[in-house]
Amino acid sequence: MAGGKVVRVRVDPEKCQGHNRCKALAPALFELDEYGNSKEIGDGIVPEGQLEAAYLARANCPEMAVEIIEE
Amino acid sequence: MAQDTTRTRPPVTDWTTDWDHLDPQWRDNPFPIWDELRGKCPIAHTQRYLGAYLPTTYAAVKAISYDTTNFSSRRVVVREVRPEPPMPSPPISSDPPHHKPAKQLLLPPFTPDEMKKLEPRARAICNELIDKFIADGRCDAAQMYTRHIPVRVIAHMLDVPESDGDQFIQWIHEILELGITDDDILMKAVHEMSMYFAGYVEARTKKPGDDLISRIIMARQDGKPLPPQEVLGMIRLLLIAGIDTTWSAIGSSLWHLAKVPSDRKRLIAEPQLMPTAIEELLRAYAPVTMAREVVQDTIVEGCPIKKGNMVLLSFPAANRDPAMFPDADKVILDRQENRHSAFGLGIHRCVGSNLARLEMTVAIEEWLKRIPEFRLDPAIPVTWSEGTVRGPRQLPFIFS
Ligand code: HEM
Ligand code: SF4
Repeated sequence: MAGGKVVRVRVDPEKCQGHNRCKALAPALFELDEYGNSKEIGDGIVPEGQLEAAYLARANCPEMAVEIIEE
Repeated sequence: MAQDTTRTRPPVTDWTTDWDHLDPQWRDNPFPIWDELRGKCPIAHTQRYLGAYLPTTYAAVKAISYDTTNFSSRRVVVREVRPEPPMPSPPISSDPPHHKPAKQLLLPPFTPDEMKKLEPRARAICNELIDKFIADGRCDAAQMYTRHIPVRVIAHMLDVPESDGDQFIQWIHEILELGITDDDILMKAVHEMSMYFAGYVEARTKKPGDDLISRIIMARQDGKPLPPQEVLGMIRLLLIAGIDTTWSAIGSSLWHLAKVPSDRKRLIAEPQLMPTAIEELLRAYAPVTMAREVVQDTIVEGCPIKKGNMVLLSFPAANRDPAMFPDADKVILDRQENRHSAFGLGIHRCVGSNLARLEMTVAIEEWLKRIPEFRLDPAIPVTWSEGTVRGPRQLPFIFS
């Protein structure tokens, strides 16, 4: 909810291969299933203090599976 | 070891039309070769190895990794010979649709949470090794330190004697290095490994524990257990894939820190950089080069690719592509954007990536705690392995 905008993260399950980079960089935003594949926690809304972590997660996903949606 | 294969090889004169990844020039310093090729011919061909391509850009390596229709994993090593049929070892040698079920059997024991449980034992292993040579003021870190860490950790996971590690390393050397040119050595090593583990598989089928062998035995595919041959195949694969690779990654990282004191001092002063530093060292010195077999004519990044050739899938070269990584030839310990491909791209992403990261982190942290000042011994050369996995095999350090 930076600057009045709602920012969400989303993991594309078709692309994710479980490299776990997102979880390592933004543990508050992502959770892993039993195979180590990732999913955004809840509705994926990024709290103010987590914006940088969200962008880092996107910048380090080798499969380009992390999306950031600004509404 | 390496000399056996290179002695008979004609030297490479033109890397764009006659490349050879077993050439001593490649083994000792491959980076300038890849930089040259990326500029001149991003998917180079060679007549050696019965015909093979070498992509050196990130874009080409990624496109080939994702294209499992035209590029099959039924052969994952570029070898002098192509005996038929290659020994399958799912999931690494599988294509869709068989790949996913095999991989899903292996993934649950390797999640980050599972790896955390191994951390105390991994730290203890590192310290036991350091205890043995720290008083000498010098050591060959490849032979006395990095070599033993992955093999002991995996032995611990499999619940077999850690002291059998040297035997595992010998088999893997025969399979990954000597086996590229000698099929008999390869088959013999595979057979011996299977014999060694068959007894454990039988015993734990009767009385399972919570070790990795038991977990593979207990895993179910479509509700059915795996046949014992396939259980053995998976154990073999974990050893082949998990030992030389991580040994090399830890070794190259320490080699870098010995060569570049400013990075070493920075990592000691700012330990919070460890996670990005590990990723950057993985990018810069990615140890693993896989392969694919071209099963249909196709075009990649504008280059025609012909069926029947192999592709040397160089994740290490992709990781040095300046179009993807600014200052690709520099190690930047706090690099913020790093989509490196050291663990592969697409469906074959390394099963052991979380384990490898844990071992690298622990091995470097424990070393720096106890031996913060060290340098290369100028009197003894550093030597490198060749083939699928590249890393230092002789790494002489002085630290008195
Ligand atoms: C730094 C250390 C390591 C590196 C750089 C590495 C690299 C790789 C790469 C690049 C692949 C992809 C193969 C392909 O695309 O054909 C791969 C696959 C694999 N790795 Fe690793 N690896 C490492 C450590 C490990 C460890 C510790 C284990 C397990 C104990 C392991 C088990 C596997 C397995 C089972 C596969 C096959 C996955 C599949 O085909 O879906 N690796 N590794
Ligand atoms: S970094 Fe990308 S591929 Fe890895 S778990 Fe996260 S979303 Fe999946």
